[in-house]
Amino acid sequence: MKVLVAMSGGVDSSVAAAELKDAGHEVVGVTMRLWGGESDTGCCSVSDVDDARRVAQQLGIDHLVFNFSDDFNKHVVDPYVKAHVDGFTPNPCIECNRHLKFDRLSERARLLGFDAVATGHHARIEKDDEGTMRLARGADDAKDQSYVVHMLDQKELAFTMFPVGHLTKAQVRDRAVELGLRTATKPDSQDVCFISKTGGRETFLGNRIPFRPAQVVNEDGSEAGRVEALELVTIGQRKGLGLPGGGPKQYVVDVDTPNARITVGDESKLFCSSVVVNNIVWSDAQDVQRLSINADVLVQSSAHGAAIPATAEVLGDSEIRLMWREPQRRIAPGQSVVLYEVTNSFVLAGGIACAN
Amino acid sequence: MVTYLDHAASTPMRHEAIEAMTPFLDNLYANPSGSHRFARVARKALDEARDVVAEALGCNAGEVIFTSGGTEGDNSAVLGTVRKLGGVAVCTATEHHAVLHCVEHVDGVVVRVNNVGSVDLDDLARVLQEATPEKPITVVSVMAVNNEVGTITPMRDVARIVRKHAPNALLHTDAVQAACWIDLREITPLVDALSLSAHKFGGPKGVGIMVLKAGKQLEPMIFGGGQERDRRSGTHNVAGIIGAATALHFTDITRADEIERVTKMRDRLVDDIVAALPGVLETVPREHRVPGVAHLCIKGIESEALLFLLDQADVCASAASACASGAMEPSHVLAAMGLSREWTNGALRLSLGHTTTDADIDCAVHTIVGAVAQLRR
Repeated sequence: MKVLVAMSGGVDSSVAAAELKDAGHEVVGVTMRLWGGESDTGCCSVSDVDDARRVAQQLGIDHLVFNFSDDFNKHVVDPYVKAHVDGFTPNPCIECNRHLKFDRLSERARLLGFDAVATGHHARIEKDDEGTMRLARGADDAKDQSYVVHMLDQKELAFTMFPVGHLTKAQVRDRAVELGLRTATKPDSQDVCFISKTGGRETFLGNRIPFRPAQVVNEDGSEAGRVEALELVTIGQRKGLGLPGGGPKQYVVDVDTPNARITVGDESKLFCSSVVVNNIVWSDAQDVQRLSINADVLVQSSAHGAAIPATAEVLGDSEIRLMWREPQRRIAPGQSVVLYEVTNSFVLAGGIACAN
Repeated sequence: MVTYLDHAASTPMRHEAIEAMTPFLDNLYANPSGSHRFARVARKALDEARDVVAEALGCNAGEVIFTSGGTEGDNSAVLGTVRKLGGVAVCTATEHHAVLHCVEHVDGVVVRVNNVGSVDLDDLARVLQEATPEKPITVVSVMAVNNEVGTITPMRDVARIVRKHAPNALLHTDAVQAACWIDLREITPLVDALSLSAHKFGGPKGVGIMVLKAGKQLEPMIFGGGQERDRRSGTHNVAGIIGAATALHFTDITRADEIERVTKMRDRLVDDIVAALPGVLETVPREHRVPGVAHLCIKGIESEALLFLLDQADVCASAASACASGAMEPSHVLAAMGLSREWTNGALRLSLGHTTTDADIDCAVHTIVGAVAQLRR
């Protein structure tokens, strides 16, 4: 097959390219230039592009750079900023996967005559007995990334390959050492690529939007403190609220964006029995029926969070209510919520947590 | 067989140049600044190279400075003037980044261009007239030929306006893309300084030629041993300079024939593509353009995708300039010309040179037409 492999300059995608080459595919590597501004790895991440190119040279495959910075601004950065203004806690890496890797890049790959797009994500794509493509968790429990690529539907799953999904991270690194790849010991990327460690989220947002001061109140409405930037406050947050010391731990239990009011309370107030998730993308459209027969699901709401039992009620094509088996801490609105099949083996659907 | 249509990025070296420079990479290795007979051999070759260059440029040998390339010449003219005299630097919006970034670096003024990418002479006059005695314009840099779209600047008009409104300013031209297509003797007399890059006319990379007219002074960019009459220090790249001079000489004596030969091929290339494909804009009318450049804007496609398909078919072309990561940047030249993104997204530069053949044109037309059809499906 003719495969376009997205190479970020990290070890996973380096080994992904190597695995594809080994398997006899015709492989072309591509690095997407996404963020044009300042970042921890330099302007347009030149050093990461260098790493990707050098690995491609070593593997003897062509390497390209695609400039998708306009799309990245439009689909990832601008919505990230707007979400903070609107009181949501966005997940930009997931939006990047949704709009850039598995839309913009895969569309271009199709146009250029490729048979598949590959990335270095730790997830597996398997065909079940009924011929349905399933997005399964990666072999390495600790590194599983099915959560961040949950938006793949049947069309995209059929066009996507995850060549390192069956390997543990340690095996990926061993393979990279074996091949003498320069990225073998490169640390994993952890943070949002367009936010630098020195400035952080506060500086990034502060350069783009005016922050609104907000009142922090107790549940009885009495004043508890004040914050300078409502936009930086998230449900469940405990620090930076200007609260006096001592007493029981206080958490943000509500952010009222229109009225610039933040309510704090003890931890028990964070717990709730259900959450509504919208913008649902079904891995397979047939799963709507599946859920009407057996509504038990497992739910993950952060990149490496636990899978929590819940019952799903389909409210519409793109909306689900999840009733927790046990009360759970509230999920910040804007976070991605992914439903796994009850055996925790593959993704059923994913969407965005609503404000309750 | 590779179809190479990226001569404006770099053109193959002329065999005469390779031959002339080889002894200086091999047994004639002495430093020309030395005081022994071996050094004198290198010095003689260097002096002769300078004469050859001066002859092709229509200037005095003493006005020729050997540099590391076009970028160094451009930087020296702009930054060297501002560091020496202060004042304000002026250039046009479509300059190569080697000029544009220097002018921006010293907070200079950028002059508009018209819709063919040539300096807006009225805007140039306005900018020069608006200068104040406290902030005089000390350097004006206007490229002789644009590197992306191939537009020829009417340097005579530019010189007239600069001499009239800013008689004390240094007039510099980046003539990097002019060398193959315009007799430089027509340009050199009009300006105070001029920059060339050897690898654009069949010489080696890493060698440039700068002309700085007698009586004009710049602050040097590189200090050291005082070579090039203290204007540019650093041991001479003897082999490279000899390669550059030889290539320039052969470019000069074959230019008239090449213009005729290449113009025919370029016109056929564009005519055949335009005839086969709807939605193709010839970015600059031919009468404003050097023979070696065909620049097209193709609707409904993206340059990156087109270049990939051409590359897969062994056709080498380009779109705009690339940033440090290798990603293609939206063209500042096309934006300055006022073209919409609808057109500029599908920009394609095909540049011809001394090794281009009719077979290259046949192959390029066939491949481009097929690739655009695939991308428009």
